[in-house]
Amino acid sequence: MEAMHNSILTLVAFVPLLGAALLLIIPRRDRDVRIFAMIIAVVEFILSLHLPVYFRAEHAGFQFEVNLPWIHNPNIHYHLGVDGISLWLVVLTTFLTPLCVLISWHSIHERVKEFFIFLLILETAMIGVFMALDMFLFYVFWEATLIPMALLIGIYGHERRVYAAVKFFLFTMVASVFMLASIIWLYAKIGSFDFVDVQRAIQTGSVPGFVAAAPWLFLGFFIAFAVKVPLFPLHTWLPDAHVEAPTAGSVLLAGVLLKMGTYGLMRFNLGLFPEQSRTNAPWIVTLALIGIIYGALVSMVQPNLKKLIAYSSVSHLGFVVLGTFSFTQAGLNGAMYVNLAHGVSTGALFMLAGILHERRHTYEITEYGGIATPMPVYATFFLFTMLASVGLPLLNGFIGEFLVLSGAFQARPLYGVLGATGVIWSACYLLWMYQRVFFGKIKNAKNEHLEDLHGIERAALWPTAVAALVMGVAPILWLKAIDPAVHQVLQPFAQMAARVVGQ
Amino acid sequence: MSVTGVVGASVPQTVEYVRILPELVLSLFGIIVMVLDPIIEEKRSYKLLGLIALLGSVAAFVSTIYQAAVPGLAFGGMVRVDGFSIFFHVLILAITILVILTSYEYMEIQRIKAGEYYGLILFGTVGMVLMSAATELVLVFIALEISSIATYVLAGFRRHAPTSAESSLKYFLLGSFATAFFLYGVAMMFGATGSTRIDVIANALSVGPNSPLVYLAAALMFVGLGFKIAAAPFHVWTPDVYEGAPAPIVGYMSTAPKAAVFAVLLRVVFEAKVPGKFWLIWVSAVLSMTLGNLGALVQTNIKRILAYSSIAHAGYLLVAFASAPQIGITAAMFYTASYAAMNVGAFAVVSHLGNYGERYVTLDDYAGLGRRSPMLAAILTVFLLSLIGIPATGGFFAKFYVFNAALKSDLVGLTVIGVINSAIASYYYLRVIVVMYMKESQGEVPVTAVPLGVGTVMALSVVATLYLGILPGRVLDYAWQSATTLLR
Repeated sequence: MEAMHNSILTLVAFVPLLGAALLLIIPRRDRDVRIFAMIIAVVEFILSLHLPVYFRAEHAGFQFEVNLPWIHNPNIHYHLGVDGISLWLVVLTTFLTPLCVLISWHSIHERVKEFFIFLLILETAMIGVFMALDMFLFYVFWEATLIPMALLIGIYGHERRVYAAVKFFLFTMVASVFMLASIIWLYAKIGSFDFVDVQRAIQTGSVPGFVAAAPWLFLGFFIAFAVKVPLFPLHTWLPDAHVEAPTAGSVLLAGVLLKMGTYGLMRFNLGLFPEQSRTNAPWIVTLALIGIIYGALVSMVQPNLKKLIAYSSVSHLGFVVLGTFSFTQAGLNGAMYVNLAHGVSTGALFMLAGILHERRHTYEITEYGGIATPMPVYATFFLFTMLASVGLPLLNGFIGEFLVLSGAFQARPLYGVLGATGVIWSACYLLWMYQRVFFGKIKNAKNEHLEDLHGIERAALWPTAVAALVMGVAPILWLKAIDPAVHQVLQPFAQMAARVVGQ
Repeated sequence: MSVTGVVGASVPQTVEYVRILPELVLSLFGIIVMVLDPIIEEKRSYKLLGLIALLGSVAAFVSTIYQAAVPGLAFGGMVRVDGFSIFFHVLILAITILVILTSYEYMEIQRIKAGEYYGLILFGTVGMVLMSAATELVLVFIALEISSIATYVLAGFRRHAPTSAESSLKYFLLGSFATAFFLYGVAMMFGATGSTRIDVIANALSVGPNSPLVYLAAALMFVGLGFKIAAAPFHVWTPDVYEGAPAPIVGYMSTAPKAAVFAVLLRVVFEAKVPGKFWLIWVSAVLSMTLGNLGALVQTNIKRILAYSSIAHAGYLLVAFASAPQIGITAAMFYTASYAAMNVGAFAVVSHLGNYGERYVTLDDYAGLGRRSPMLAAILTVFLLSLIGIPATGGFFAKFYVFNAALKSDLVGLTVIGVINSAIASYYYLRVIVVMYMKESQGEVPVTAVPLGVGTVMALSVVATLYLGILPGRVLDYAWQSATTLLR
């Protein structure tokens, strides 16, 4: 058990990569490739369940840690660990990947083997991002997500795929070099890449020249994460990437890659630069609020189903940033919860959109109408997922948004008021879209005999529906691990507030 | 000075010959190649002479390892064998071996006469390895000339192609100018300090206020050396020369002579502590990075893209020269090594895909390569990702270490310019990857099976690139220790 405890993170992080390597050599026929990839993804998910099962929720610090020296000069360690913030993001990743395999079962016919290899490499990189506690290692995984994702979009995407892939790559690449510069600066002054060491050094004020450099360092990290989230006005790569990506790519992009940004904000910006976070909060929150409202308004007028969902992501991720920069317990808990809920329900929405595209090869909403008649099961799944995304009580979206808004109200009532309009908007654009696609009479003859969901598609959708329901009914299962970790992140903020009161 | 070598005019001891053993071995094999060339018929000469040249460079490699056991000065303090010289010997000889392997089948495909080709490579390498061990500026100059003259001729080896002749002539004329500048610099340095030996110069410079002559000497020497490493503003020759020269030779001359000149530059900058170098290097680094990357953005010929990229990489390398000594030297040495690994590999792929007469060297010819030849495309992708600086490749770690050195030395401005540049650079490398994987091929561009020689080079370069990216520890430690010997 002890050995398992120490090596579980390494195992979870690298099983997909191992699977990708095996996939390269073993199966030849496309069908075998799919089955093999599915087995790897499921084994990976089951392995990752070890983490929440044995996670001791009452502890706020990092657990299951491994810390081995990798390169001794510069002092780089292979340091992995999870806390309440990263734990569920890891599980979210392993949960979504098998669904991605299922949803790509029939939709990917060409270069099948490469597709699943990219997918599994991407999984390792994403998990690594959430686990890495050495900032060098973190950067390695962070950049490693870029290439498989760009290839997934660029090779398997729709018409303007090359443009979208290049745009995605360049936006992230350019933004992350600023983070790299910040990381190297910290290393040059502190002599360690270890997150815990760096945090301690900053807290004790033993870093020479930190006060003058802190605003720039904060900005360096912030730009990299803000592009990933994406925060208005850095979001322009997202709609292109989403619309052009294959369904599995969209699911992971919305479900996990965007969360790497919000995770980074919480871990690094709040964790390392509490004072800078506080000073910069007003304009960041303003951008988040603009994102919430702007994203929703653009969704409202989108004629393209997938773009509509993409812009709804901009809006939802605005909630996460709003909650994070409210510096309240409820706000951060909510931000984490929106992360997870958005991953599940938007992932499902993208799968649903993909299923429709497979049948009709278009995302234009005007092409559809009345398809609830030929596709009743599909319509039901869609309705359920959409309501989860809208934030219907007892489904997962509600909990997170409620917590975020209550945190925002505590921080400043105006934030809460403006943020709350986002919930209304999302109901408007999603319900209106639902009405236009599913209800009414069938206007387009091509839609009369659309095939309803088949077995594999149902298998991909059921888990998301169940998860959305359970997360809505029993949020405590998730929050009990998140809460202590968030509390620890907020401690310096409480001290700052106390200092202000004491003056 | 605690060295075992004899200083003075006495008869050289055996150990002193051991300290130039690799140079002797290379010259010997060079002569063998030249002598055999007229004797054997041309058809057989391609393979046979290649094999001899390969054997020669492997023998020189082995004698370098042997030589490492007897560090010290030789020939009146003109040559010094230490960790630093061994590092560059190993690097340059490894490049030579890879280039000879790349050329192994290329000779026959391009119908190039093998005798002169391999002979020149071996003699050129003599100059380069000598440069890395020379501690006396006149010897540096001679070594520089040996290596340069060989590369001038090698650049013109695709005799049937007018671009190759242009390349050779351009390189020769401008290169001669540059070496003349270097010689002027050496002469003035001699005038100012009374010696051409680097340790004596260092002593002389460390005492009092320096005369303006020293600054002029430093500037002139930098012009000469800057030309050889293709640093801006002395870089304009690079794209044309690289475009015209045979691809394996471009892989050679963009790495090996550069490594040698960087070794000289390291000695001049850090051992002799030439004054006034900081701003020279600062300006040149910024210009090289910026002009190299901006120039590459609009190119459509893959050799020209890599030429501009090599200018930019010289810029990143110069950032290390502006940093603090110990860490700066380490960073520069590591960068040279990983740049060599990825660039030699990239040119091996380019050389193979070029086919007879190097017909297929534009981006359009690379379209759809991911489908036509997944393996070649994957290998080239590794090198391109390393050139971009994606983690887990040597290119990333090298760049990281250079910026680390710069920030340790509080060069925030230079670092920011550097990282912005590396972000810009990702665009043009990415373009090649995009073309390979995401565009359909236009015409019928044949991809022949990869022959053994080139295949070995590709495999070794990929391994080296990944090794330097994932487990850079040993090379870094070695470089760090060599830096200590240099700064003693």
